[in-house]
Amino acid sequence: MKHLRAVNKKARRIDEMVTSRNADVVALQQQRPHVPMGCTLSFSPGWEVDSAGGTAGLCQPVERDIYDCYVTCFWPAQVPDHLNNYPDWASKCATATKDWRNLDLVFP
Amino acid sequence: MTATETRTYRAGEFHSFEGGGRRFLYLVPAGAVFELDSAAEKLLDRLRTGHADHDELMSELVAAGHSYSDADELLEELYHSHVIVTGDTVREPLANPPEDFPLQSLVMNLTNQCNLSCTYCYEFGEDKVATPEGKAKFMDMETAMASVDFLLGQSGTRQNVHITFFGGETLMNFPLLKSVVAYANDRAASQGRSIDFSLTTNATLLTPAIIQFLSENRIGVTVSMDGPPDLHNKLRVFANGRGSYDIIEPRVKALIANHRTRPITARVTLTSGVTDVVRIYRHLKQELGFHEIGFAPVTTSPDRLYSINEPGMNGVLAQFKVLADEWLEFALRGEMHGFSNVSDTIAELIQGVNKSHPCGAALGLVGVGPSGDIAPCHRFVDSDTHSMGHISTGIDRDKQSDFLTRGHINSKYDCHSCWARPLCAGGCHHEAFVRYGDTGHANLHYCDWIREWTDICLRIYGAVSANNPEFLDQFAERKAL
Repeated sequence: MKHLRAVNKKARRIDEMVTSRNADVVALQQQRPHVPMGCTLSFSPGWEVDSAGGTAGLCQPVERDIYDCYVTCFWPAQVPDHLNNYPDWASKCATATKDWRNLDLVFP
Repeated sequence: MTATETRTYRAGEFHSFEGGGRRFLYLVPAGAVFELDSAAEKLLDRLRTGHADHDELMSELVAAGHSYSDADELLEELYHSHVIVTGDTVREPLANPPEDFPLQSLVMNLTNQCNLSCTYCYEFGEDKVATPEGKAKFMDMETAMASVDFLLGQSGTRQNVHITFFGGETLMNFPLLKSVVAYANDRAASQGRSIDFSLTTNATLLTPAIIQFLSENRIGVTVSMDGPPDLHNKLRVFANGRGSYDIIEPRVKALIANHRTRPITARVTLTSGVTDVVRIYRHLKQELGFHEIGFAPVTTSPDRLYSINEPGMNGVLAQFKVLADEWLEFALRGEMHGFSNVSDTIAELIQGVNKSHPCGAALGLVGVGPSGDIAPCHRFVDSDTHSMGHISTGIDRDKQSDFLTRGHINSKYDCHSCWARPLCAGGCHHEAFVRYGDTGHANLHYCDWIREWTDICLRIYGAVSANNPEFLDQFAERKAL
């Protein structure tokens, strides 16, 4: 903190708590950033739009987004979870750019 | 985004103090110490007069030259640290310690017999709580071994535990002490743990052989001693009334000269007429060579002749202040001073303790009497009223719970508006019982005194943290002696 200087252990714990509260975007603010694999820091062009503002001209299909979320991140609300309930959801999709049609809907 | 617009701020619960020319606050609900910069200082001065809402304070700060973001940061820091609070903030009660709190220390009363007859003794004097009639006078090896096993068994995953030998006069049962040290070391080592020892004695029975044993086994020693002969001999007397100074002086000197493995401490009981703190300190520190000296007023009901009255306690405080100032001078030079009343408080301030109970009695510490009765601490040993189980059957959880519920700061309403409560927590359970007949009563007779003393220690803490912060590191692991 800037205006209060912690001078005992308890104060330092409060300092940490208050400071971490402000750091709501933690990924790039830590000394060793948390890098979510397959997401924004790796090249996954499906996250973008094409030059016309649509998704038709992307070099990877837009469905690749979902596939990235499934394999490398864990967004249980958006994609079937591969840890417990749908371990085989992507088993027929060896190469997302070719097999993305095999990623089917699931009905929980 | 947080809806700061609706906040109306007032000052939180803290005690302001200065040290080393800087301004600090002691944040009461946490026990935290913060140094303030001038902006925070001004803002808190502003709120001293009452409430102010967020927008109002923001405009004032911006008008005073702060950037908008800096003003916002200042308010957010103070608000989220609870230095300033909103109107609807209520006090959160302190949580209970866990029910299976692991033991750290056991005070083993090797005997309840004593070769002195100190007038003020809480074990034998007029205010005694002990009821030793018909009970064992000396602890036997079986009970002692059971106590060691009990301590190790009830101490959870702690790597290191502690036994304090106590009495009566501890050294009247020295053969048992020797056996217990051997047994306890053996048992602890077999579990891959360690155990350390200390004892309190009146020093009358120290011999070169005993001193050698204590030194070789790194046993910490506290000598109960009240100062130079004219003061010491007033109340620390043999049964025939003769003072004990001449007997103990050569023994204390031999102890300090030959026990080289642990600091040797004197523990002074202040009574009416024995309040010359500075003179007592000089004698014990400089003439006898004790490493540390700790003082405490006698525990007594107020109508005893040796009880210190309020003007007397004010005199004690003035003399504590003299030694405390000296402590600070030493600290700023990087030297240790032997006034342990300051050192112990500094150690607690470093941690930022926020006590639910005034001490570890019945939590991390228990006392065991010669008969094997368990008591909340050594001061309650041998008392039928306060017995809390037996070493053969363990702690009586109902009695322990009753004791801890009474003694909890949440039950002491008088303390709820006091800024010194994180450190004091209402004061000694035993003193409360002697004064008020209830271990859970706040010790209201010394509230002002404690607040003034705590303020003195906070100022020292602030000054050292500003000017020689590394000096504080050596107190980080210190436990009260």
